[in-house]
Order: sequence, then structure tokens, then C-alpha cells
Amino acid sequence: MRLRELAHARTGDKGDTSQISVIAYDPGDYAWLAEHVTEARVRAHFAAILKGEVTRYELPALGALNFVLTAALAGGVTRSLALDPHGKTLASLLLELDLPDRQRPLSA
Amino acid sequence: MKTIRIGSGAGFAGDRIEPAVELAEQGGLDYLGFECLAERTIALAQSERLRDPAAGFDPLLTARMRAVLRPCAARGVRIITNMGAANPLGAARATAAVARELGLSGLRIAAVTGDDVLEPVRGGEHTLLERPGTVASLGETILSANAYMGAEGIVAALRGGADIVITGRVADPALFLAPLIHEFGWAMDDWERLGQGTVVGHLLECAGQITGGYFADPGYKDVPDLARLGFPIAEVAADGSAVITKVPGSGGRISLATCKEQLLYELLDPTAYLQPDVVADFSAVRFTELGRDRIAVRGGRGRERPATLKVSVGYLDSFVGEGQISYAGPGAAGRGRLALAIVRERLALTGVTTTETRFELIGVDAAHLTGNASGFAEPPEVRVRVVGRTASLAEAVRIGNEVETLYTNGPAGGGGAWKSARQIVGVVSTLIAREQVVPELHYEVA
Repeated sequence: MRLRELAHARTGDKGDTSQISVIAYDPGDYAWLAEHVTEARVRAHFAAILKGEVTRYELPALGALNFVLTAALAGGVTRSLALDPHGKTLASLLLELDLPDRQRPLSA
Repeated sequence: MKTIRIGSGAGFAGDRIEPAVELAEQGGLDYLGFECLAERTIALAQSERLRDPAAGFDPLLTARMRAVLRPCAARGVRIITNMGAANPLGAARATAAVARELGLSGLRIAAVTGDDVLEPVRGGEHTLLERPGTVASLGETILSANAYMGAEGIVAALRGGADIVITGRVADPALFLAPLIHEFGWAMDDWERLGQGTVVGHLLECAGQITGGYFADPGYKDVPDLARLGFPIAEVAADGSAVITKVPGSGGRISLATCKEQLLYELLDPTAYLQPDVVADFSAVRFTELGRDRIAVRGGRGRERPATLKVSVGYLDSFVGEGQISYAGPGAAGRGRLALAIVRERLALTGVTTTETRFELIGVDAAHLTGNASGFAEPPEVRVRVVGRTASLAEAVRIGNEVETLYTNGPAGGGGAWKSARQIVGVVSTLIAREQVVPELHYEVA
């Protein structure tokens, strides 16, 4: 299944750094997302554009993960040649991430 | 218990104007803030001011003021904005002129200056944060240097009785934190409250991005009536806790999901959101749904403010030339790729020197940058995009020309060619000791 089925996401930018929040629709899915949506997965997903590092911050109270990608915006909004110099579209691209099917415990 | 109602009337320079009028007329507001100053805008504004000393403030300032001054004056709503850009004094004079034109008299307009630090950072050892070198190494290409000031100047203006406060560069959340400090008498070292107030400012500063803008995804995240999107209101209590809401009947939706997305927007380390007034900690923030379009927020914290302020330095970077042309129907992507190959060869044959280029197909790989798009079907249409960085405008122009000549020299069926060549103003940052940045106030009375 795709990450899009469990989470929503939004991109922000600071210079050449992109920031992507990944937020569980259902806070009950947070721990599962934290297990599968790792720094390594995000780094691999954006390998084609990423020249820096990926750091993940965890926000369990919000059911959210915050990914910070350095040197990811072709120089940043003021000088990037990209069609989308802010990288606004990156959050939607991250939602393409393929995840194992989520096995939900049976509930009464 | 006293609460203050603050509205957010714009989230960027080009934002819609009617939502602010709706807030001014129906929001029951005490304050209306407008965040209109992107990083690079102030450098461009500085260039304008060099050409015309009366210019250099936000080009939409008079239109926004003309739209909101009357309802704000009638209801005692005080306005705070960074639309002063490179010329807050000029902006204050222009606002006074609009007020007089509307027959409003006695409005007190404050301009806050002091953010322009070009002279102090030009000399000395001001290291750039993004790359090796100092500000001085940018030499004659420097256009502007503006420090991110905090709430202090705005608070002083409010104490001075200003109905309208117009600044240049200040931290965006400070536009909304300042009235809280003023109304509730928060100390400038009450880090917890300043941290929570920064949460409120951060949630408001992008206007429609918390009421359902930059959010809708049909079937997953549906938002009603985005064409009439309402802008947000924060009802803030003396401890900084707040309820985020909007004018009843306006478009959009405020939900736990929109609030979470906006809280994390442009946030790096959630425990250390660096601001001029405080190092805010968003990691323990909690949202509670109180009702339709009513979300409570609390739990922001803070630590002592940094000793330095961030400075944005604008400079002339390079030139960029670009051309686009469309192909459609069977084989569109193949013809688009052929077009890209032709332009690539033409630029080499004709000796156009570039330091960076992109050859891409809009609809295939221009925004879809992961390189993982192989599972998608062939698109029914593509738009060729060639863009390159050059040292001169003349060379930048030649890039667009090589795309345009595809009309009669390229693949079958190329249509809608477009080209541009422009100078690029870049922005880099440095730090300055906060003692070197002192806000100054000037008043204009309409």
C-alpha cells in the first residue's frame, strides 16, 4: 500500500532545505509509520535530487514525523532552475512511498 | 477572562484581498496582521527604492489599505504588517494618503525601521551561513541586508498609540506575537508565554494555509468552498492558549489535520524554532477540536532567545533563460524528448555558455523529481522546458530563442512556445549581534 492511504503531508522550505511533515490520519497508525517511514526510506526515495542529509524528528503527541532534507532544492527558491523551486510538490511525491500492507488487529 | 482576537489578512505578497475585508467587517477583531514579505522581496524592493526614493514598499499596500482601512477604523481594529519592505516610512505616508482619501482623519500610523543593516554587515567578518565566504566577498553585487527583528519595535508602536504599524523585515510570527505582549503585558523574558505566543503567530502567518488552503486532496482531504476561503482568527487568552477559528459562513475548513500541517510547516527541529524573541519549542503542542472550525491549541514552550539575529542578504546572482513548447497526441513524449535533444545540441553548436541547465518534460519529469515514475502511463501531452543559468542577459535570451525556433525547425506539432530571460537576485544569510539592531519609530498622522 502507499503511504498516502495512512498519512497526509505538507512541504515547507528554508533556503536549500526542504521540510516534509508526514501526519497519520489515525493517531493509532503513528507507531507503525514511525517503524516503516525511516530516514533511509526517505533518503532512497529522493536520491535523485538529494545532495545532503535526511533527519527525522518524531512528534508522537501529534502522530507526526518531520523530515528535514538538506541540499535538496537545487540551491533554494531564489536561484533554483526547477519548475517548482520551493519543492512544494515533494510532500505529494513522498506519499507515493510503497509500504507493506498494514495489518490491523481485529477489534470487536 | 480577557481574550484578544487576531486575524491574519494575508499569507504572502500576492494574496487575496477580500478575505481580509471579511475579517475586518465580521471577525470581531482587535488586530489584523498582514504577512507580505518573502525573503527575496526586500532585495527587489531595495532596488526599486534606489531608482525611486518614494518606492520600495509593497506594491499592493495601497490596494489592501483602501480595502480594509474603513472597516478597521470603524471598529477600532489595529493593523500590523511588514508591507513596509525596504521603505516603511514611504509606506506609512502612502497609508496616510489613502486614509485621507477615504475621509478618515486622526489615524496614527507608525513605521518601524532599523532592520536595514547593510552598512554594518558589509564590513567586518560576517560569515555566510549557506556557503564559504563573508558578506564582504559578495562585493558590488550586494543589494540589501536586513535583520530579522523581533516584536520589540511593534510593541513600542502599539504602546505609542499606533492604529497601524508598518515594518520592514521582522520575523513573521512577531507580527502576531507583538499584540499579545502588548495586551497581556508579557515580559520579554517570559520564555514560556513567548513560546506559546510564537505558536499562535506561526499558525496565523500563512493565512489560508490553516483554513484549508494548501491542503485539499479530493477523496482524501476534502475542503468546501475554496474559492471563498476564509482567513484565520486566533482568540488568545492571557496564558497564550488559543482557539483557531474563522468567520462563520466563509469557505474552507479548520480541522486537527489543517492545524497539524501548518504547525509543522517550515519547521526544522520542533524543539528549537529559532526566533528573535525566543527559541520556541513546538514538541509538546496539542490541538483539541472544540467544534466545527474551532480548534484549541496549547502546549507551546520556550527558552532564552538567541544572542544573534539572522540577516538576509540580497545580491545579484546570475541570469536565467528559459523556453517552453507543447506537444500532444500519440508520441507526444517522444517528440518532446526529440525537441530537448535538438535544443541541447543547438546550445552547444551556437556556443551558449551555461553553468547549470535543465532539460525536462512538464507532465513527465519536471516536477516529478524522484526518478521513480516508470510505472506511469504515457502522457497525452507534454510541455518541453529548457532552462539555463548564464553570466549575461544576452546569453540567457538565446536559450529561449532556441526553443522558439522549434516551431519551424523541430518535431511535428510543436505549439504554444514561450520564452523568458531574467536576472536572478539571490539571498544568503549571516548573523549579527542583536545589540547592533535597534528598532526606530516614526509616526505619521492622517
